[in-house]
Amino acid sequence: MNLEKVIFGFFIVLAATLNFGFFIGDIERPELHHVYELAAALVVSLIATALKFGDRTQIGAIHLSTSLVADLQLVAAAITWTIAVHVTGEGMTASVTASVVSLSGGALFANVVSVIILIVETVMLRR
Amino acid sequence: MNSAFFLVLRRMRAPIIVLIVIYAIAVFGLTLVPGVDAEGHRAPPLSFFHAFYFVSYTATTIGFGEIPGAFSDGQRLWVTFCIYLTVLGWSYSVVTLIALLQDKGFQNTLTSNRFARRVLRLKEPFYLICGCGETGNLICRTFDQTGQAFVVLEKDELRVQELDLQDFKTDTPALAADARQPETLLLAGLKHPKCRGVLAVTNDEEANLGIAIAVRLLNPGIPVIARARSESTSANMASFGTDHIINPYVRFAEHLALAVAAPERFRLIELLTSLPESPLPEPHRPPGGHWILCGYGRFGQALGSRLQQTGIHLTIIDPKAEGADRSIAGDGTEAATLRQAGIERASGIIAGSDNDINNLSIAVTASELNPQLFVVARQNHTANSALFDAYDANFTMVPSHIVAQEAIAILSAPLLARFLERLRNADESWSQSLGERLQALCSPLTPAIWDIRLNISEAPGAYRALMRGKDFRLGDILRDGSERERALPIVPLLLERGEQIIVLPDARYKLQAGDQLLFASSLATQRNLTYTLRNENELAYVLDGEESSSWLWRKLRRKTAGQAS
Repeated sequence: MNLEKVIFGFFIVLAATLNFGFFIGDIERPELHHVYELAAALVVSLIATALKFGDRTQIGAIHLSTSLVADLQLVAAAITWTIAVHVTGEGMTASVTASVVSLSGGALFANVVSVIILIVETVMLRR
Repeated sequence: MNSAFFLVLRRMRAPIIVLIVIYAIAVFGLTLVPGVDAEGHRAPPLSFFHAFYFVSYTATTIGFGEIPGAFSDGQRLWVTFCIYLTVLGWSYSVVTLIALLQDKGFQNTLTSNRFARRVLRLKEPFYLICGCGETGNLICRTFDQTGQAFVVLEKDELRVQELDLQDFKTDTPALAADARQPETLLLAGLKHPKCRGVLAVTNDEEANLGIAIAVRLLNPGIPVIARARSESTSANMASFGTDHIINPYVRFAEHLALAVAAPERFRLIELLTSLPESPLPEPHRPPGGHWILCGYGRFGQALGSRLQQTGIHLTIIDPKAEGADRSIAGDGTEAATLRQAGIERASGIIAGSDNDINNLSIAVTASELNPQLFVVARQNHTANSALFDAYDANFTMVPSHIVAQEAIAILSAPLLARFLERLRNADESWSQSLGERLQALCSPLTPAIWDIRLNISEAPGAYRALMRGKDFRLGDILRDGSERERALPIVPLLLERGEQIIVLPDARYKLQAGDQLLFASSLATQRNLTYTLRNENELAYVLDGEESSSWLWRKLRRKTAGQAS
C-alpha cells in the first residue's frame, strides 16, 4: 500500500462527496444548501488540484484539467453567493440559490469525471 | 519551458497545500467566533466573505487598516493565532521557491531551454562550434568579425561565462554542456535547417571523434571539420567520412618542409590561409643543411619524417623517445647537450617539446651558442604569447592557430581547397608574383579569401541580369559601387563553371549564370562587391553608369526607347 495513493484518492473522492452534499436538495431552497458545505467543497477541491500538480503523463493532465474545472465552477458559485449577499443586498432568493447550486452541479460533474479517471487508472494498474 | 514549469509545480505542491489548509482553518475559525457590536452586545460572527477578506490582507502581511467592525475578544484571540499560522505558511512557500530557483538542476533546465529557444529562432546560416578553448575562441572571434553566425557548445562553464563577457557584435547562443552527447548536439541545432557545418575542436580527442560520428549519423548532409592530434584518430575519423581532419602537427610539419623546399609557394599558401585582416606574417626562409630537433613526440615525429624528405640532415634529441640519437644525453635545454649535437655547424633548430618553458629555454640557449641559427619554436599555450613574442623566434608554431586558420579558410571559401590543390605544381616565380599582388591588396593586413556563386540566393542581381541575356565580363563587375571609374583592389583567384576550373581568370572573361568565383580582397571590398552583385540597380550603375531607380522610371524609359526605335 502506498500512502501517497491513499491521500490522493481520499482527496479526490472527498471533493466529489462534499460537492454532492452541497448540491443535493431542492435547487431553489436556500435552507437546503449550507454555506459551510460549499466552503468545505471548495477547499478540498483546491487541495485536490494542488495534489495533481507536476504529473507529466496524459492521464495526469486530464486529472489536473478536471480539477481546474471544478475549482472554477465552485469559485464562481462562491462569488455569486457573496455578490448576492454583500454587494447587491439581494440575499439568497430562489433565483440566486438556483444559480449557485447549478454552478456547483457543474463542478460535481467535473469531480465525477475525476473519480472515474481515478477508477480507470486503478483498474489499469498492473502492480 | 514545459519541463521547468512542471518542475516548479511539482516542487511547490507541498507549500501550496499547506497554504490552502492554513487559509481554510483561519477563515472557518473566523466564521465561527462570535463578534460584538457597537453597544457591546453579542453579534453574529463574520460571514465567509468578510472572513476571507480579513485573512487575505492579514496573511500576506499587507496589514490593511480596514476591518469590517471592531472585533470581540474571542475574535482577537483567534486572529492572533491565525497571524502566526499564516506567516509560517507563507514563509515556507517563499523559502521553497527561493531554494528551487537556486537549485543547480533547475537553473540548468532554464538555461538549456533558453539556449534551445534561441537556436531555434536563428534565421541566418550558422556553424556549430564544439569546444571553445584557444582554437574555438579564435574561430569565434573571426566569425564574429566577418558577421558569420555561430552557436557554441563548451563543457567548461567558466569558459562560457567568459564568452559572454567578450564583446561580440552578434548575440551568440552558448551552452555549457558536453558535446559528446547527441542530445546536446541536437539541442544546439544539429538538425536545424540553417546549420551549415560542425567544427569539432575540443581539447579531447575522444570527444572530437564522438562529435564527428554523431554528425555523420544524425545529419549526413552537412560537413564536419574535426581536429585530431594522433594518426590513429585521424585514420578513424577518415574511415567514416569526416569531411576535413586537421592535425596541427602534421600540417605544421608540411608547412615547414614546404618552406624549406619552396619558400615562395609556402608564402603564398600562408597568405591564402591566414585569418582575414590579421597582420601580414613575416616571410620565412628556413635554410637547408643540418638541423637539430629537440623533442621527439607526435610533433617531432611528424616533423622528422617530412623534413628528412627535403634533404635536411636531422639530429634528434629526446632522452625518452625511441628513434632519437642515443649518444646524446639531456633534453636540449643545456648548452653541453646542444654542443654535442653539433650546434656550431647547424643551420636550424626546432624546440618542439610539449613544455613551453623548456622550448623557450632551448631556443634562447641555442641562439646564444650560434646567433645565425634559424629557430623554430613550438608554443603550446596561447597564454604564453607574451613570452614567445618577446623572444621572437624565426618561426613560431601555435597549434590552436593552425587549426583555427585552416578551419576558417575552408569554411569561408570552399573553393579555396580547389585553388590550393592546383598550387601543388606551381613554380616559384609564379608564386612570388601572385604572393606580392596579394600582399599589396590591404597591406599591412592579410586579405580575406572569399567566394561567391552567381545564383539566385547569393548574387540575385547579377543572376537576373545574366538570365535576361545581359552580357558582361569579369573585369566589368570589379569596379567600385560608389564611383565606377575606380577599379576595386581585388584579385580574382579562381573561376569554376561546372567541371571547368580556371585559375587566375582574365578580366576579359565572360561570366555566366551559375559561375563560382574565388576572390582575395579586404573585407570592405568584399562588402562592396557583394552589394553590387546582389542589387540590380547597383549592378546597372557599375556596368553602364545607369542611375536607374524606381519601377515607374524604368517603364517610362523603356517606352521612350521603344518609340525611338
